[in-house]
Amino acid sequence: MDAETPVSAGSQARLNPQLKDTLASNGVIADRLFIKGGQWLLLALLLLTVVFPLAAMLWRGIAGDASQGGGMQAAITLVSSANFRWLLGNSLKVSLTVALIVVPLAYAFAYALQRTCIRAKPLWRGISLLPLLAPSMLPGIALIYLFGNQGVLRGLLSDNIYGFWGIVIGQAIYTFPHALMVLLSALALADARLFDAASSMGASPWRAFRSITWSGSRQGVFAALCLVFTLCITDFGVPVVVGGDYQVLALEAYKAVVGQQQFGRGALIGMVLLLPALLSFAVDLWLRRRQRDAMGGRAQVYHPRPSRGRDLAFLCTTALICLALLGVFGMAIYSSLVKFWPYNLSLSLDHYAFSELPGGWLAYRNSLVLAGCSALFGSLVIFTGAYLIEKTRQTALTQLLRLLSFVPMAVPGLVFGLGYVFFFNQPNNPLSGLYGTLTLLVLCTIAHFFTTAQMTAAAALRQLDGEYEAAALSLKVPLVRHFFRVTLPICLPALLDIIRYLFVSAMTTVSAAIFLYSPDSVLAAVAVLNMDDAGNVGGAAAMSTLILLTSAGVSLLLAGVSRGLLRRSQAWRQPTPGL
Amino acid sequence: MATPHAVSMKVRNIHKGFGAFKALDGISLDIAAGELVCLLGPSGCGKTTLLRCIAGLEKQDNGTIVIGSRDVSDLPPQARDYGIVFQSYALFPNLSVEQNIGYGLNGNSRATIKARVTQMLELVGLAGSEKKYPGQLSGGQQQRVALARALAPAPSLLLLDEPMSALDARVREHLCGELRELQKRLGITTLMVTHNQDEAMLMADRIAVINQGRVEQYASAHDIYRSPATPFVAEFVGQGNWLPFERSLDGHAQVGGLHVRLPVRLPGESRGRLFCRPESVVVNPPVHEDNLFSAHLHELTFLGNRCRLRFELDALPGHSLLAEVEPDAMPRLTGADMWVALPPRSLQVFV
Repeated sequence: MDAETPVSAGSQARLNPQLKDTLASNGVIADRLFIKGGQWLLLALLLLTVVFPLAAMLWRGIAGDASQGGGMQAAITLVSSANFRWLLGNSLKVSLTVALIVVPLAYAFAYALQRTCIRAKPLWRGISLLPLLAPSMLPGIALIYLFGNQGVLRGLLSDNIYGFWGIVIGQAIYTFPHALMVLLSALALADARLFDAASSMGASPWRAFRSITWSGSRQGVFAALCLVFTLCITDFGVPVVVGGDYQVLALEAYKAVVGQQQFGRGALIGMVLLLPALLSFAVDLWLRRRQRDAMGGRAQVYHPRPSRGRDLAFLCTTALICLALLGVFGMAIYSSLVKFWPYNLSLSLDHYAFSELPGGWLAYRNSLVLAGCSALFGSLVIFTGAYLIEKTRQTALTQLLRLLSFVPMAVPGLVFGLGYVFFFNQPNNPLSGLYGTLTLLVLCTIAHFFTTAQMTAAAALRQLDGEYEAAALSLKVPLVRHFFRVTLPICLPALLDIIRYLFVSAMTTVSAAIFLYSPDSVLAAVAVLNMDDAGNVGGAAAMSTLILLTSAGVSLLLAGVSRGLLRRSQAWRQPTPGL
Repeated sequence: MATPHAVSMKVRNIHKGFGAFKALDGISLDIAAGELVCLLGPSGCGKTTLLRCIAGLEKQDNGTIVIGSRDVSDLPPQARDYGIVFQSYALFPNLSVEQNIGYGLNGNSRATIKARVTQMLELVGLAGSEKKYPGQLSGGQQQRVALARALAPAPSLLLLDEPMSALDARVREHLCGELRELQKRLGITTLMVTHNQDEAMLMADRIAVINQGRVEQYASAHDIYRSPATPFVAEFVGQGNWLPFERSLDGHAQVGGLHVRLPVRLPGESRGRLFCRPESVVVNPPVHEDNLFSAHLHELTFLGNRCRLRFELDALPGHSLLAEVEPDAMPRLTGADMWVALPPRSLQVFV
């Protein structure tokens, strides 16, 4: 074009000048609706599904009806009773033992995957995540078949598996991948320059480990300890299956509410169980704030070099742990196929004939619906929410939302379930109609697993250039359009991750759902519990296996979709470390 | 230079604080239609905050911003009508060059958008790159796409936030010239933020030197270099020599044991600092000059287009000074002793 023609009046492309103003004013209204409306909706959702139920539980526990075991007087009686102290002691002993066994093992495993050159890392990683895909009862069921009174390895144990060690082993298996994930990320990145500096100063590998690796990851170790401890103390899936006479607090809360309708007593125990979770969460947050960022912009990513002895040692450790996990899960699957343990070992699908049981296939269908809805709606709500918190002007409202999104992390599922009972089961609550429906279970599942999903979304969003939104605004593009056209496509892998996480969590969780289901909305994981309770261990194993296979199938499917998407978008997606 | 479409901009008394920190402390600027103004200053001086206030990305605590005849002080970014190029370019990686440039053209017909995109790509010299993704372009090409995207909706104002700092030095100078030429051709009123004085001097009609949230000086590059308004400007732009002085009895300056003649007489009691550019210092003048002092050479550095001499006046030990001479005009030096003249006209007084 020649110098005399200004671009604003270009001869080839005539832009409509009035369009600009229309677009701008429409965009402003659309954005206000999207941002403010979305933020207030998210606030309403978090209040309704997190804050109010928790408050209801606290209220019931402190000021509740004495006839239901609530109120201050009942609290004092409860805490001072010998039975309570016995339960608390058992819970603490079990949880501490599991934490001290699992975290060192998980640390070695994570170290092997991140800092050594062992072979077949994806394989080990995949096997180690198996326990995430099944309800926590599954390891317990497998233990019964392995070491129970008629177990194949009964001879190896002098004592009965039912009791302390049964719970410890079962919970160790169940919590292992949780600890592993925390430690994997704690050991994920290291600055190679620090190791070069250490070796140039003549530090031994052990010294380098202590001063660089350990100091960089000990906060992760603490976080893993806290996580495992909290998961164990609030879990009742394992104790209910292999606990025998060894009772723990979580089980007691379950029995108080579901068995005896002692809501106040349940609330009090729920509050006791909330304490360690809150405490460890607060300490973890405090530590995290103190820890400086170990990976600055100039850091060079550390790549381990092969070292024969070290690699062999870690390969053996990893393989042993994986073998144990495979043994347990293999046993569970095998036992679900055996006709009549231990008298008729021929294989059949008899245990999978759930149609003869009340709520058999219905439970599985319900679980699929729950997992699908939680994954679909949950991921959209959480991702959009994270966007509205991270990428808009910071206000008091966004700060409040940020704070509230952290709360679910500190609340165990059992406490969630209790809170929902107390809040939604009130006759004068206009939402009490939701009680016992799948809808409420969906809400509860999303709320329960909110924080982890939200953190994944926020981390993905923070990797995006902070000026994208500013650029879109300067071009008069409404934020909501920008969100769907640019943000979402870029973050699709993270979104799929969230979908997978929510689906699998919804499929396997019992802790909250056990308080909330009705005969119409019974879930597969709940059915496992009920079948086991009724002595149908084979059926419980079969249903657990079905859950495991479904979770694994959906995970693989989503991983495939994610890979396909990445390949299709290879033209513009630069490889980012850690993906 | 200005086209009929170009608009002027008035910024009046903008204040902006972040907690106790005052990022902008009463900034006022007038930008004429079609003018290119650079905001120049050290990092943290508030120049980017000012740009973001003008863009509506930050809300100023008080003050007004008028673009053309519209007071946009309280308008959201979408309603302000500007194009912006960020330091990072903020090109959307999942959209092709074509889609990036057409991003702000929504509502126009498909054919119009296509024609406009082609036109913009020709304008920035990237015709034929429509289908590429930003990740497949070099830094300089990305910057051109960002510029094309910003200009595509024909905004009345162009904002540039450190557009060159992600480029390496050689590409930078070339692109500075190109960008300036394009801006002149379009006649679009432009505000650019930079911390690099070379960029500012290469491109700007006027430069606003900003320090601690205030405008220290707002003038052409020539005036800013030749007659800096404040010691900060003198120090920040280019190199300089500083000589502490007291007023001598005859109204000139007393620097240590030296009597220094000034272009004008100093009034009353005064003390302060004299400022002199290194290239104004005359080394070993062939004839007598004012303010001729004996000196001792410490270091001679060859910088290609000039030689830099670091020396000390014999009467002012411990005070290192600089002189710069073109290599061809370099006088013969015998040993470390030499004479330097500080011509009165080149001396500026800061009290």
